[in-house]
Amino acid sequence: MKKIINDPSNILDEMVSGLVRSYPQYLKRLEDTFVVARNDSNKTKKVGIVSGGGSGHEPLHAGFVGQGMLDAAVCGQVFTSPTPNEVLAAIKESDQGQGVLLIVKNYAGDVMNFDIAKDLADLEDIRVEQIIVDDDISVEDSTYTQGKRGVAGTILVEKIIGAAAQNGASLDELVALGNEVIAKTNTIGLALEPATVPEVGKPGFEIADDEIEYGVGIHGEPGYKRQKLVPSKELVEELVAKLDKSFNGLENKKFAVLINGLGGTPLMEQYIFANDVLNKLEEKNVQAAFTKVGTFVTSIEMAGISLTLLELTNDEWLDNLNADAQTIGWGDTSVK
Amino acid sequence: MLTTDNSKAWMKNFANKIDEQKDELSRIDSIVGDGDHGNNMSRGMHEVIEQLEIQDPQNITEVFKVTAMSIMNKVGGASGALYGTAFLEMARASRESEELVHMLQSSVDKLQKRGKAKLGDKTMLDTWIPVTEAIKEDNLDLDTIHLAVDRTKEIRASKGRSSYIGDRSIGYPDLGALSSSYLFESLLETNGIL
Repeated sequence: MKKIINDPSNILDEMVSGLVRSYPQYLKRLEDTFVVARNDSNKTKKVGIVSGGGSGHEPLHAGFVGQGMLDAAVCGQVFTSPTPNEVLAAIKESDQGQGVLLIVKNYAGDVMNFDIAKDLADLEDIRVEQIIVDDDISVEDSTYTQGKRGVAGTILVEKIIGAAAQNGASLDELVALGNEVIAKTNTIGLALEPATVPEVGKPGFEIADDEIEYGVGIHGEPGYKRQKLVPSKELVEELVAKLDKSFNGLENKKFAVLINGLGGTPLMEQYIFANDVLNKLEEKNVQAAFTKVGTFVTSIEMAGISLTLLELTNDEWLDNLNADAQTIGWGDTSVK
Repeated sequence: MLTTDNSKAWMKNFANKIDEQKDELSRIDSIVGDGDHGNNMSRGMHEVIEQLEIQDPQNITEVFKVTAMSIMNKVGGASGALYGTAFLEMARASRESEELVHMLQSSVDKLQKRGKAKLGDKTMLDTWIPVTEAIKEDNLDLDTIHLAVDRTKEIRASKGRSSYIGDRSIGYPDLGALSSSYLFESLLETNGIL
């Protein structure tokens, strides 16, 4: 294992500290926690938006804290859900009297710990609702999940919800919007190389030098098929075919397209893959009304990529995706 | 009958038993999961004992609330959430009635809801449900507890992490059911509750 770290047991503390000290214009850390919250001066009165989960997926979630997206993110240990007291701290920080929405990826530990935090917040008379992102169509019921896993599509949900909250949507409206968007968001990915959790010290799975695996999860959970590596165009062919099926056909529909590197795949390859995706969608007469390419939801240093399609059945969703945001992960639209 | 003192003693006995069985829990977990259940539970119960001393709760509700919060905030993951839920619900239910059966039944109901599991799903409920039933009948003994854990060995996991390794989980007890058996063995060993 080769990693730029100190003591593996201090990873979370040192990572969060480095993050907030590097970007004080956006972020601060709540004292004695691993909660990262907004530190900008543009806060307006609105529903609080909180997300979080195990670490190792950077820039998710802390990188999406900022105006137009999240108010706070709770960072758990590597690939381990945060504890309820930490989530509660994020809720209290984000509540301005209009309640707080929790955006949670569908992993058993995350769902339960956020659910407990919701109960604790109830005791303190803070209204909290939770939406569960489960966009990964590759497999059902895997290592840490009942049903489908939550992966890269989460940032599209966070962006749309964040913009809607900024525009004054109520907590109930945000829950309804979130669930509608999640139902129209599907992701599928593939891995070339596994990731190594620092405290474990060895790769999460083994794969031959010339092989790839479709559908691997962001914690290295097993996917649905292994085969020899093929050119980018053929990888796209497989992934788009699966997405086509999940949407009951893509033809003549309008989508937001997210291409996401899993940590170890360079932008050069991501752009090549994006080029093939856009060709394929053109061929199918699909309108890519919004595209985003980059490294957003990672699995430490896993080499691989995922493709997310969000069917834009409502024009407001596109406006929300294009709305201003000031975060380090999504970008800062105020910087010209 | 539960009292503040014997509730604390029960939790101390549980912590000691977890420490004794820590390596066994981790050994089984290294086969069916990621090998950290023993250490995680031990870390959590050490926190419980420390917090019970520091906070020195003066009623049953507070004893179980301190226990729940210590476990939840120290263990993390699904097992921290489930044990935390169980003890927090006992605390909540104790405000309605300090009858142990009422408190345990409330926890069973809450665990079923939060974990979306039922009897026979190879989870901690496979210990909690038969034990609660036995206490209702006033006949809880070691055999009941051991039999409940043994039964989970024959079940293929359908919930939680061990669900992914599927058939490999056959022949091994569910870890939540096993660590819960130490909780109820400790209950039997604590004078004056049952």
